[in-house]
Amino acid sequence: MPAPEQYRMIFRHIDEPGYSNDLACYVRNGGYEVLRRAVKRRPEELVDEVKRSGLLGRGGAGFPCGVKWTLLDRRSGKPVYLIVNADESEPGTFKDRYIIHQDPHQLIEGIMITCFANKVERAFIYIRGEFPQGARILEKAIAEARAANFAGPDILGTGYGCEIYVHRGAGAYICGEETGLIESLEGKRPYPRIKPPYYPAVLGLYQCPTIVNNVETLCHVKHIADMGGEAFSKIGTLNNTGTRIYCVSGHVQRPGYYEFALGKITLGQLLYEVCGGPLPGRKFKAVIPGGSSAKVLRFGERFRGKRKVGVEMVEYDWGVEDIPLDFASLATAGSMGGSGGVIVMDDSVSMVEALGNINAFYAHESCGQCTPCREGSLWMKKITARMVHGEARAEDGALLKSVADQIAGRTICAFGEACAWPTQSFVAKFGDEFKAYAQAKKETGAREAPELV
Amino acid sequence: MIQPATSDLITVTIDGREVSVPKGTNMIEAARRVGVDVPHYCYHSKLSVVGNCRMCLVETGMPAVDPATKAPVIDPATGKQRVNWGPRPAIACATNAMPGLHVRTTSPLVKDCREGVMEFLLVNHPLDCPICDQAGECKLQEQSAGYGRGYSRYIEQKNVKPKRTLLGPRVMLDDERCILCSRCIRFCKEIAKDDVLGFTDRGSYTTLTCYPGRRLEGNYSLNTVDICPVGALTSTDFRFKMRVWFLKQTPSIDAESSAGANTLLWSREGVVYRITPRQNDAVNDTWMADSGRALYKAIRGDGRLDCARVNGAESALDLAVKAAAELLLRGGAAVVGSGRSSVEEQFLTRKLAVALKAKAWLVSRVGEGDRILVSADRNPNVRGALVTGLVDALPSGRLDALGALIDSGSVTSVVSMGEDLAAAGLSAAQLARVSVIYLGTHANATSAAAKVVISTLTVFEKHGTFINQQFRIQRFARAVPGPAGATDDLVALSRLLGAVGRPIATADVGALWTAIASEVPALAMMSYGNIPDTGLQVDGTPWAGLPFAEGPGLHYSPAAPAGKEASRG
Repeated sequence: MPAPEQYRMIFRHIDEPGYSNDLACYVRNGGYEVLRRAVKRRPEELVDEVKRSGLLGRGGAGFPCGVKWTLLDRRSGKPVYLIVNADESEPGTFKDRYIIHQDPHQLIEGIMITCFANKVERAFIYIRGEFPQGARILEKAIAEARAANFAGPDILGTGYGCEIYVHRGAGAYICGEETGLIESLEGKRPYPRIKPPYYPAVLGLYQCPTIVNNVETLCHVKHIADMGGEAFSKIGTLNNTGTRIYCVSGHVQRPGYYEFALGKITLGQLLYEVCGGPLPGRKFKAVIPGGSSAKVLRFGERFRGKRKVGVEMVEYDWGVEDIPLDFASLATAGSMGGSGGVIVMDDSVSMVEALGNINAFYAHESCGQCTPCREGSLWMKKITARMVHGEARAEDGALLKSVADQIAGRTICAFGEACAWPTQSFVAKFGDEFKAYAQAKKETGAREAPELV
Repeated sequence: MIQPATSDLITVTIDGREVSVPKGTNMIEAARRVGVDVPHYCYHSKLSVVGNCRMCLVETGMPAVDPATKAPVIDPATGKQRVNWGPRPAIACATNAMPGLHVRTTSPLVKDCREGVMEFLLVNHPLDCPICDQAGECKLQEQSAGYGRGYSRYIEQKNVKPKRTLLGPRVMLDDERCILCSRCIRFCKEIAKDDVLGFTDRGSYTTLTCYPGRRLEGNYSLNTVDICPVGALTSTDFRFKMRVWFLKQTPSIDAESSAGANTLLWSREGVVYRITPRQNDAVNDTWMADSGRALYKAIRGDGRLDCARVNGAESALDLAVKAAAELLLRGGAAVVGSGRSSVEEQFLTRKLAVALKAKAWLVSRVGEGDRILVSADRNPNVRGALVTGLVDALPSGRLDALGALIDSGSVTSVVSMGEDLAAAGLSAAQLARVSVIYLGTHANATSAAAKVVISTLTVFEKHGTFINQQFRIQRFARAVPGPAGATDDLVALSRLLGAVGRPIATADVGALWTAIASEVPALAMMSYGNIPDTGLQVDGTPWAGLPFAEGPGLHYSPAAPAGKEASRG
């Protein structure tokens, strides 16, 4: 089956010749028209539209956006804040960056509609420290929008006011975790908070109810307000609505970012047809479908069983190539849609070394607040680094798995799973390679070992 | 703890046992009530909950109900309502009581969680127990023995971190031993209000440190050593002095102020090695000031009086008492009692004053209160003097009125219960005009000028009670014997009473209470034995109108705070 055409909604103008990131260009292309219409409606209607749309959060967890908004504690009488999570740090993910760099006003329009719908008067864009240019672009775009009354004290003459602030992070992956982000925004160490009781919808920024949404999610809100929740829910598949940006990196002919209707394209179509397949003379070996913390899929493995589609139970029998790229299907296959970062590895890759690389990242980024993740991530890194540097033991694979099993599900935040899942899945699916690595290492010699920090 | 109203009680089930706890009680405390130990490191009952050690992971569940009918789902095997156990373990410290909550603390999953956390805590821990001061009172030792696996799978290099970092004058840090529980940080921020500690770096390389340019030098710094569950923070005073398992613990009271923090004296073979706080939720929670911990040094300090003296010459106690009585019975006697004496001593001091028809005086010591556990009144027991009737008004800091009586010749002999009369305003000439009988522990200008000196005991060497600023009567006990030649204050006073013709039946503190209970209205119905370890509230209303010096402190707000700041929680 040939791959479907790209459905460019969020990325409609990305890389379009002549399209610039200033306000004039955005307005020329119909920008802020949706906001104009939205502020004439009742805020509750807009929330209902988003609920009807079935939009799932695009940050990684895939939590229903409309539900998140309705969980807000409205009875406390405290102000409600919106935080835009632009701390795009998941390895393999590079979608928000392009929205911010090339189409910042789309994001700002989405933010303003969201703020209006939720009666928010202060929005914070938390952008990762490694995006200095993005921060500058956003500052400029906000100033332009404010000058044109698309943001600020009196938006489009309605009397409704909302300010947007840009806050730069200082270079920590954990700041992408929503409660860690909130702590960081408050000026503290980004230690994620315990939930309960600190759910952002109730006790978020400055202990006030807070919405934390991803950049891509907020851009979708603009399109939902434009076309209506009903129409949006027709895009994609049942319960997995809208479009999704896939960031493909690694060993394919044409890596890059591609936007498709959710669930309408399979992993095989994406990698072979859209991305041009493996490099000459190579074969695909493994793929991580949702950012580096998602569980790895091994080419050649099969997934069989029954799954729920709507109300019916449907049998499925998939190879890796057959998995539709939506949240539910990837979860069925034991991995996750995550942040949409598709990392492809071909047969030139040693899985031990690949895991060593991933473990080095997570050990470096663990915030160190809670014990299992703090000690476990570094221990796993030390094991894989030792293996890579020529002192592998046959039992290291089992030890790695056991350490990872002691982390997942026992930590304050989802970083525990994020650092444990790669190890668990690599060892589960490439266990033989881990066992044989000591011998293989002797044959190839330590000279080829990559330098791991 | 204040008994809650029954309507606020919530029943939870822990390991199959039901327990009713007040709303807001977490599962560590609830489990404690049914005798179940939930191991933990970062949780401390007096600090905020952060849930970072993950040692207290337990399984939680709620009773199953049919989603459609809301009817309970009954397990046919047991005939009881089935419990839906959660998919993930939860931390007991942040799980508060909910109606119907079930907790499992012994399941295989919980056991595995604890073994995992123990292993993680130990992989980068130096395991230098043989040279570590915390050994013997180390939670890491206790819980690895209780809940760990007992072997190590770790063959990598351990992390290297700073050793022997002096955080402040009294606290030493070994970063390698630190398990990053953040108790000390939270203590400094929440209790001491001196936010000097924090973490730098991240992940397993996270390091505890002081804010640049600051030191951990507040008067509460040693509490961080107490609450450190491992050997990371140690007291520079106690370090390497003694293994804790050799030490005997004796309950006592901090005598540095009227706050009356409850303490433990740690001693061995007649030597006190350290003082730590003892939990009393009505007085000091689990805290005490550093200044109170140094008081034991006075036991062996310079100038300790170690024998009775008459006119400067060493004397037997009997002869000294006889000489004192002769001086006092000439008439014109005055008695200077002390706010540092115990209630029992004040009771006998009053009897002595009555016997001599002498006026009793008291010297106040007022400083700055720190709004926590050092109150403005540095006498631990001024309220005892009021309650026993030794004095009926608050004392002043100077004895000028007594000086005038000496100048006029109407006072010719003075008994001082350890008070330095020179420091209280009497001149050398005035002291020379009267016959001074000094009962005290340390030499000073008054003891030098005294005709009779009887050496007595410090608070660490005797039994007794103090009444603190809350009118709470609290016992202290003898940890170590006094020096040879020193006499228990009660014995000395009873001998004096005998010598002036008013003998009392006993000088034993317990037996003395029969008389105290019958003669002191506020202490009626009490006996020494039935005062609990955490003290007993005395009705202070007869003295409520007095202008006490204390400002607000931990668990204390002044009765009539005219224009004073509000109390802290």
